[in-house]
Amino acid sequence: MVQTQVQARPITMTQALNEAMREEMRRDERVFILGEDIQSGVYGASGGLAAEFGKERVRDCPLSENAFFGAAVGAAAVGMRPIVESAFCFAWVAMDSLVSQAAKMRYMFGGQVNLPIVYRLSLYYGGSMAAHHSDRAHPIFMHIPGFKVVFASNAYDAKGLLKTAIREDDPVIFCEDRTVLGARADVPEEEYLIPFGVADIKREGSDVTVVAIGGMVPRALQAAEQLDEEGIAVEVVDPRTLVPLDKQTILASVAKTGRLVTVDMAHKTCSAASEIAALVAMEGFWSLQAPIQRLGTANVHIPFSPALESLVYPTAETIAKAVKATLE
Amino acid sequence: MAAVQTLEKRVMLEMLRRMLLIRRFEEQVVRLVERGEIVGAAHSYIGEEAVAVGACLALREDDYMTGNHRSHGHPIAKGGQVKKAMAELFGKRTGLCKGKGGSMHLADFSVGILGESGILGSSIPTAVGAALGSKLQGNDRVAVAFFGDGASNEGAFHESINLAAIWKLPVIFLCENNQYAVTSSFKVMVSTENISDRATAYNIPGVLVDGQDVMAMYEVVSHAVARARAGQGPSLVEGRTYRYFDHSLGLGRIVRAPYRTEEELEQWKQRDPITIHTELLLSQGIATQAEIDQMEAQETQEIEDAVEFARQSPYPDPSELFEDMFANPIPLE
Repeated sequence: MVQTQVQARPITMTQALNEAMREEMRRDERVFILGEDIQSGVYGASGGLAAEFGKERVRDCPLSENAFFGAAVGAAAVGMRPIVESAFCFAWVAMDSLVSQAAKMRYMFGGQVNLPIVYRLSLYYGGSMAAHHSDRAHPIFMHIPGFKVVFASNAYDAKGLLKTAIREDDPVIFCEDRTVLGARADVPEEEYLIPFGVADIKREGSDVTVVAIGGMVPRALQAAEQLDEEGIAVEVVDPRTLVPLDKQTILASVAKTGRLVTVDMAHKTCSAASEIAALVAMEGFWSLQAPIQRLGTANVHIPFSPALESLVYPTAETIAKAVKATLE
Repeated sequence: MAAVQTLEKRVMLEMLRRMLLIRRFEEQVVRLVERGEIVGAAHSYIGEEAVAVGACLALREDDYMTGNHRSHGHPIAKGGQVKKAMAELFGKRTGLCKGKGGSMHLADFSVGILGESGILGSSIPTAVGAALGSKLQGNDRVAVAFFGDGASNEGAFHESINLAAIWKLPVIFLCENNQYAVTSSFKVMVSTENISDRATAYNIPGVLVDGQDVMAMYEVVSHAVARARAGQGPSLVEGRTYRYFDHSLGLGRIVRAPYRTEEELEQWKQRDPITIHTELLLSQGIATQAEIDQMEAQETQEIEDAVEFARQSPYPDPSELFEDMFANPIPLE
């Protein structure tokens, strides 16, 4: 994971996303952004872009998600490369544009059209935002064919993956986990891109494989740190893209460790963690020395009270416990 | 009508030709569905031909359109490839969409047909986005969204009009009010007397047109297109029309209670768009009966050829199942 770059600075994921968009908008004038309150940049990542690129290319939209998520499809169909900035919780009201149009159009029309669209969707959770604003809907977009689903866990990955996403000719769901948006990582000044479908081993270990995404990665690393003191060597694998999924890296890790814990901030049922567990059960079964542990959010809505919300998501402690369970 | 004098004879003849082409196409579809040669749902456009033809002839080939579930007529009106449209209905690999779309999802990007949506209202934002593309690219292409009275109650319609209005986008919202959403009358389901009245709420022009009169459709849409090209923003055009068949072919067999009367249907058939336009061409001396007969024979033949082309075409190969999902393919299983 350690990136040896000459000119690297510690910046937040929000800054990294901003840099990625700024560089790609300078590079390609077809790239433009649609979203709510993006000119003022109140949500961070689009801050300052309107000043450089103007209000035509950084377009503030009314609260009409279905219309502007869908307008992105039409604009892409005629040669533009839109970025849509929003959040999973608001994507529900735009699901028709996402599912009926963005996902299906290329296949349904026999490949006549490419749809280079990046839907940048935030996940707010763990911040007492209650049930409506704490959605983590990435597995739904893995379930619907037609999207590529990207999930960065740190600023370095976020920048390289977003630049790739903007250059991709297919619709991309780019998941932005707000629990890690403020975390800093060393990001080089030089341009770099991170390809889709290439997982990253965030920590090497030989006893148990933990596959985690987004904000679950730092929690898995924290668990690995704690377990190291007890003599348990945990390998942490970050898929970085859920569609396409780097099966080889995950299966190779399990072949080495013989044990698997999958961690997702989505509800457990039909989560990314479930899908990865199923993959290993089918294709890595003979490597397994213990049952797979699948961690996810409890199958309840996100309660407002911190006393309750703190109980629902995987934590470093529950991850460590699951790792130990595979060793029993 | 003033336009009659000034409009080129060529355009007026083309109106009839395209309406006949749609009518013959749709008549064949009725037969082919009955025979089981075309499977799945098919929604007949018979009776509404003047709306699509009048609107599309007001467009350039490089303008954009989006359609809906009842959209065999629009690609033909826009100049799409008729043989490939028929082959698509057959599910053949020579179809417009290689057999992956079928009746409700015809698309022909070579002439600006950005596709049709079986989810109603869903393709309206697509048209708005295409118009936004024109604006950002600095060209003067316009986009027309065809949708029905039913779809005018969808949120996508209202959100899209507001979005296009605040951004002054070159888009024409073209409501083909055939008066029934499956079996529900717009008079019951729409709060205003006319769907065009809804334009007032969005501060854009709204015009009600006789949708059986191809000349009127052409004139009104031409005006809306001129406004759009000039950067004056969107318009809502309502073509009041009627479908001769039920919502989808064969549906009549399962409709338990009549939702419209035979008298109403007969009244509308008295105002058949092809008859109205044929009479105009004859009375204005633009075409003779012999010329019209010849045109009809030609279009009938063209559709018969299209059916034969579709019949003879191969089905997609199983190896094509996973093709066309992505521009940049990934492993799929």
